[in-house]
Amino acid sequence: MSVAEAPSSDASGRGAAFSGAAGGDELTVVEPLIFDRSRAERRAVRFPSVSAAARQAGAGQPELPASVLRAHAPRLPEVSELDVLRHFNRLAHLNMAIDLNFYPLGSCTMKYNPKVNEWAARLPGLAESHPLDPEALSQGSLELMWLLAELLKEISGFAAISLQPAAGAHGELTGMLMTRAFHRAHGEGEQRTKVLVPDSAHGTNPATATMAGYQTVTIRSNERGGIDLEALRAALGPDVAALMITNPSTLGIFEDQIGEVLGAVKEAGAIAYMDGANLNAILGRFRPGEAGFDAMHFNLHKTFSTPHGGGGPGAGPVGVSERLEPFLPRPMPVLVEGDPDEVRANAWAGYSTPGVRFALDDDRPQSIGKVRSLYGNFGMFVRAYTYIRSNGDAGLRTISEDAVLAANYLRVRLHDVFDLPYDRLSKHEVVFSGRRQKREHGVTTLDIAKAILDHGIHPPTIYFPLIVEEALMVEPTETESLETLDHFVGVMREIAELAASDPDAIKRAPTTTPVGRLDEAAAARRPDLRYRFPDETDAPDAPPAGPTSEAPTV
Amino acid sequence: MTYSPHTEADRAHMLEAVGVASVDDLFADIPPAVRAGAWSVPPPLVEQEVRAELARLAGRNRIPEVSFLGAGVYRHLIPSVVGEVIGRPEFATSYTPYQPEVSQGTLQSIYEFQSLICELTGMEVATASHYDGATATAEAALMACRLTRRSRVAVSAGVNPDHRRVLETYCSGPGIEVVTVSIDLAEGGDGTTDPAAVEALGEIACLIAAQPNFYGQLEPMRELADAAHASGAHFVAAVEPTSLAVLEAPGAYGADIVAAEGQPLGIPVSFGGPYVGLMAARMASVRQMPGRLVGATRDVHGRKGYVLTLQAREQHIRREKAASNICTNQALMALAATAYLTAVGPIGLREVAELSAAQARHLAGALESVGLAERRFGGSYLNEVTLRLPDAARRHAALAERGIVAGHVLERGEPELRDTLLLAATELTTDTDIARLVVALEETA
Repeated sequence: MSVAEAPSSDASGRGAAFSGAAGGDELTVVEPLIFDRSRAERRAVRFPSVSAAARQAGAGQPELPASVLRAHAPRLPEVSELDVLRHFNRLAHLNMAIDLNFYPLGSCTMKYNPKVNEWAARLPGLAESHPLDPEALSQGSLELMWLLAELLKEISGFAAISLQPAAGAHGELTGMLMTRAFHRAHGEGEQRTKVLVPDSAHGTNPATATMAGYQTVTIRSNERGGIDLEALRAALGPDVAALMITNPSTLGIFEDQIGEVLGAVKEAGAIAYMDGANLNAILGRFRPGEAGFDAMHFNLHKTFSTPHGGGGPGAGPVGVSERLEPFLPRPMPVLVEGDPDEVRANAWAGYSTPGVRFALDDDRPQSIGKVRSLYGNFGMFVRAYTYIRSNGDAGLRTISEDAVLAANYLRVRLHDVFDLPYDRLSKHEVVFSGRRQKREHGVTTLDIAKAILDHGIHPPTIYFPLIVEEALMVEPTETESLETLDHFVGVMREIAELAASDPDAIKRAPTTTPVGRLDEAAAARRPDLRYRFPDETDAPDAPPAGPTSEAPTV
Repeated sequence: MTYSPHTEADRAHMLEAVGVASVDDLFADIPPAVRAGAWSVPPPLVEQEVRAELARLAGRNRIPEVSFLGAGVYRHLIPSVVGEVIGRPEFATSYTPYQPEVSQGTLQSIYEFQSLICELTGMEVATASHYDGATATAEAALMACRLTRRSRVAVSAGVNPDHRRVLETYCSGPGIEVVTVSIDLAEGGDGTTDPAAVEALGEIACLIAAQPNFYGQLEPMRELADAAHASGAHFVAAVEPTSLAVLEAPGAYGADIVAAEGQPLGIPVSFGGPYVGLMAARMASVRQMPGRLVGATRDVHGRKGYVLTLQAREQHIRREKAASNICTNQALMALAATAYLTAVGPIGLREVAELSAAQARHLAGALESVGLAERRFGGSYLNEVTLRLPDAARRHAALAERGIVAGHVLERGEPELRDTLLLAATELTTDTDIARLVVALEETA
């Protein structure tokens, strides 16, 4: 069994991401599916048998009727514990990850995930706390949630926080459902049917508007990459429920007309919602609640460094202004006995406050209800709280300063080789365009991304935002050293040169990864979405006809 | 402490390259009128200080010595190997697998997850995960509305009340009506949903029922599926995954969509999350499914590999026309479930289900035999049972003081359920735990 080994690099810090992987036509056997390792009756974990006492005591209880019993046992893999470990460890070796590679993936804030946060989330006193245990037994969990909300209020300038949403898009949905509830409470529920979304927005914004029952109206950007104020003013009216705006924008630009934007939205009686995905750029510099936004979601897995886990879990708490506070999801962790100033001061000093009591407040008649079971992704709250307390006021400011400095550094170091459609001060990220390479050498941004993989670096986000042709969205974050940034600059310059001198070499990339470019069109045309057991002779289940167009890999 | 690697010399070098005098100049584009005022965030802590603070908070919780609490969240054995797998930094600190060439580990494990969930549920296609069981159930209802072009959904009162509240919230946006089908709460009733009640509901997109239901009772799922189909509706089965080692697979009784809370599959109770929502369906419905899907394909050299597929359903492609707004899901928790199901295997999962059921019977039998409690419902149950005992709320609180959590107090819901407790057993429930509960209840009688 040959498997790819862990990413490594040569002395210069350059080199193949996966040294054990095959290049060219050489076939590499990667890890088989776990089902193919299965051998009947092999075991990894055993459980006690039912005791005689249990059997005897339960003898008089009703038997399970045959009608509810399973006819065929599920064919789960039968493997040893070492098989389990080797299988997943070998799969792990096929991944890039922050702990191994630079990951300048724009809009995703792939910063280092500190290990003390993991230690905290695994503390038995927290991990083994059942969400329905009596409140008297859960005071630590409730205090942690209350304190995290207090910190997020300070950081964002909002009046209140719900921790319940499980991810950024889920926070957006919470915000839009609160928007509905607000307008309904003011007798304008029927009249306000539209949500305005700039053309540079994340796809989740319009999708969220639809889920909340709103129509999306797209607002164009101006030539400076900001929102077109005239277009915004023309679209605002008594039928508009909200504006959803990302600030800094997905172009990595701070919306410098934000005062005018907020004024116009308020004047039209609409809700101003901020997509907080890019909060990493503005900690201590701009507080959306203080500036006049009504609501914003945080991405704890971005700004506050909870690990992305290959696509989740995240957490998407929402901050709101006073006028939206009554509509927040329930229940809310609240302090019912004790002075909030004293409790905060003691906690910041590391003490518990005697006689204090926290509870879950479910008596919120104007609440939109629940958006998730229980109270949210608590394990992420523990990590984010640990991270905010570690950084403290000075550290949080440093995060944004260094993140913005790094993005601007990459901007000036690369803007001569890649086009920069909006050449302005960057915030957390900078968006280049590969249009010159495409026009002059036929090398697309997708090709460039694949070539970056061969240098052991995860590519930037590509083809987003949609308003930039051949977009390359680079977010270095604050945790990458100057050497790493300079190395990336060298790689990008080398790729730009290669695009001119040997475009075919770039089109062959990647050659050092466990697999080469994959046929995504075939995957969509003939979906193979699950393992077939040897006795299943049918072809992959064919879905009915429908749209199969696949966008470029983002 | 901060995690920034930069020295003052590094910063000076970068500032010079950018051509600004100070870092403040990099924020000159924030108009003075909206710049942040003072905040009151506490000062930084070094590792030993922050550990002390988190230990303080963890110490303020009291983890019960004995607990029969379930109600949708179950304490099961998490094999050590599961923690080892999800702790691998290549899984924990990677992003969504948008670049498949360097994400085969995540992608293949999701393909295996989808395969395991299909096998467990008897369905043809499973998604890469949802936030939790509640949102998976709500998304299943919205999916049924898209498939049937109807805007009314029916949910059994036997579905977890917390999940039903989330369903209500999700349906409120697009204006979908939710009707609740009652269960038999009468004295001597069996606490289940009556299939004959479905016809009177009129035009519905789906019927959602849970197996076992929230009160632990086993529902007539096949009859409920038939009744839903007779109304032209989809049948959504909300299931508990470990029970599927012994209970019939939803695919075999006609479920069109399966939604489940995956927490029992190797995920700590962790005060409510992160968990993982499971969703499975028929292949004919795949284009209306919400969330990510992984499919197998070939690379340019003909080697097998995995990619995110059928993305033309998703928000980053379809924007306002997407099947859902879901983006980030619960990938690492899906990996935990994959490692768990692999580690326990078919025999182990069956042992978990059988031992949980045996200890639930032991528990109910032990309490009934000494006259402390009686089953509230007829019919059969699996791992959780609703018992009536006098003065339940007070005694529950008294036991909690002694570190024994006697299940979940039900009377906050239906008035018919006054003085009832919902008690769960798992394979971690010992004979001693049950003996201690009996003694403690006797002492509070």
